[in-house]
Amino acid sequence: MKLRWLANYGPAFVLVVALLALWELASRADLSLAQFLPTPSSIVRALALNWDAIYTNTIPTLLETVIGMFVATALGLLLAVLIDFSGWSRRAIYPLLVISQTIPIVALAPLLLIWGGFGLGPKVVVVTLYCFFPIAVATADGLASAEPDLIKLLKSMKASHWQILWLVRLPGAMPAFFSGLRIAATYSVTGAIVAEFVGAYQGLGIYMETSTNSHAIPVVFATIVITAVLSLALFALVNVIEHLALPWYYTSRLPLHEALASGKTHWH
Amino acid sequence: MQQSKLLLQGVSKSFRQGRQALAILEAIDLEVAQGEFVSLIGPSGCGKSTLFNIIAGLEQPDSGSVLIDGDVDSRRAGKAGYMFQQPLLLPWRTVEENVMLGLDIRRVARRQAREQAQELLKRFGLAEFAQHYPVTLSGGMRQRVALLRTVLFNPNFLLLDEPFGSLDALTRLSCQMWLLDLWQAVHASVLFITHDVREAILLSDRVYVLSARPARVLRVVEVPLERPRRAEQLSNARAVELEQELVSLLVKEHTRYETSLAR
Repeated sequence: MKLRWLANYGPAFVLVVALLALWELASRADLSLAQFLPTPSSIVRALALNWDAIYTNTIPTLLETVIGMFVATALGLLLAVLIDFSGWSRRAIYPLLVISQTIPIVALAPLLLIWGGFGLGPKVVVVTLYCFFPIAVATADGLASAEPDLIKLLKSMKASHWQILWLVRLPGAMPAFFSGLRIAATYSVTGAIVAEFVGAYQGLGIYMETSTNSHAIPVVFATIVITAVLSLALFALVNVIEHLALPWYYTSRLPLHEALASGKTHWH
Repeated sequence: MQQSKLLLQGVSKSFRQGRQALAILEAIDLEVAQGEFVSLIGPSGCGKSTLFNIIAGLEQPDSGSVLIDGDVDSRRAGKAGYMFQQPLLLPWRTVEENVMLGLDIRRVARRQAREQAQELLKRFGLAEFAQHYPVTLSGGMRQRVALLRTVLFNPNFLLLDEPFGSLDALTRLSCQMWLLDLWQAVHASVLFITHDVREAILLSDRVYVLSARPARVLRVVEVPLERPRRAEQLSNARAVELEQELVSLLVKEHTRYETSLAR
């Protein structure tokens, strides 16, 4: 198990370490470069020195991200069910969703600030706008790919439209839903940062902005590192939730793999 | 006289294919008595599955009538337990939860449904698999689970569409004997589609032989074997004679159809 883990993540780890070492050496060798590009070691130092400020600013960003993800999940699921409801609802809603993604969020964020103030609300809206789309699209595709014979079976059992949705289509769409949620998780922190950038009382976005303005470049980089760590943590959290929520999806694969490996494809 | 479980009178059905109407079923008359096991055999693609869809209320005939327990109501869904060729188990439900599916749809209380499923699984030798997911089961096991699900949904009237068609010979035989055991325990009326003449003889009280498309009833025969059935009875002189008769009838029908297509 540990070996497999190493085989999966080992190469990426080695590459990251090598790039960091190269970066450190390059900026130490050429001091004019170090003015613009801080060394990895100075970033770590900045992180340690400004830890209190960074920590205080991480909490609101995380809160906005998580609330935004919850709203986006609810909205995405609702839209997916509406899209799947009938042919005309699909044709009506789908284009609107795509159009919603063509809005430049950078232009929208200042407007939201004017309408909603410096507080939590506008940030949650931006995170939701970033995140609901992959969830809605993936889940709608999952709902549409339900096995026709299963639906026929349920109809022969006199199941209602809602029972078919609840018993067959939604559970079957869950793996697709989680794929969408994973993509949303990687977007979500960036969404919160963008929203804070245009104005906030606190948060990693506004902290990044003030650090940039005061030319504290290592601090900006330290904040970027925290942003990346937050995104990765959310991504991992979605994976953990998926494994807990869909035991069938994962247990199903393991015995099959083992069976194929040992040459036994079925047993009695 | 006792009411028959199923009575089909002159059931016809055709599908539109482009501008042409393609006749699938032609004036089918068929009866299944209460507690009777009836098989349908016929060339593949002759419309047997369409006939099942009509009986199960998924489709309506163009003409003719379908009576279940003497009732002509066209909203027949739910009046028969319909089992398809594929097991169609829900991968996210355990074996036990799959067996409960019909009761969930009928909104039976969860605990009561679970108890009934457990009892059935125990009675028919699948208790140890109750908490497994379907994907870990063999093909034969999946078909048994699907059969129990069908029985728990409706133990009175079963429509079984080639349930053992994809199984290997040995698994198939054990599933057949298991089905006979099940059928006798729940006193179900069964309509069973198969391609396999021996299977039809081993299981049924009566066999309907259908023609190639459009399907008509070519012949109805009684199976002259005692119950309870054992696999050895297939080598009885009368069973062998019946098998040869039915096979030659099907071969003749198949050749007739092929030559009619060639023309």
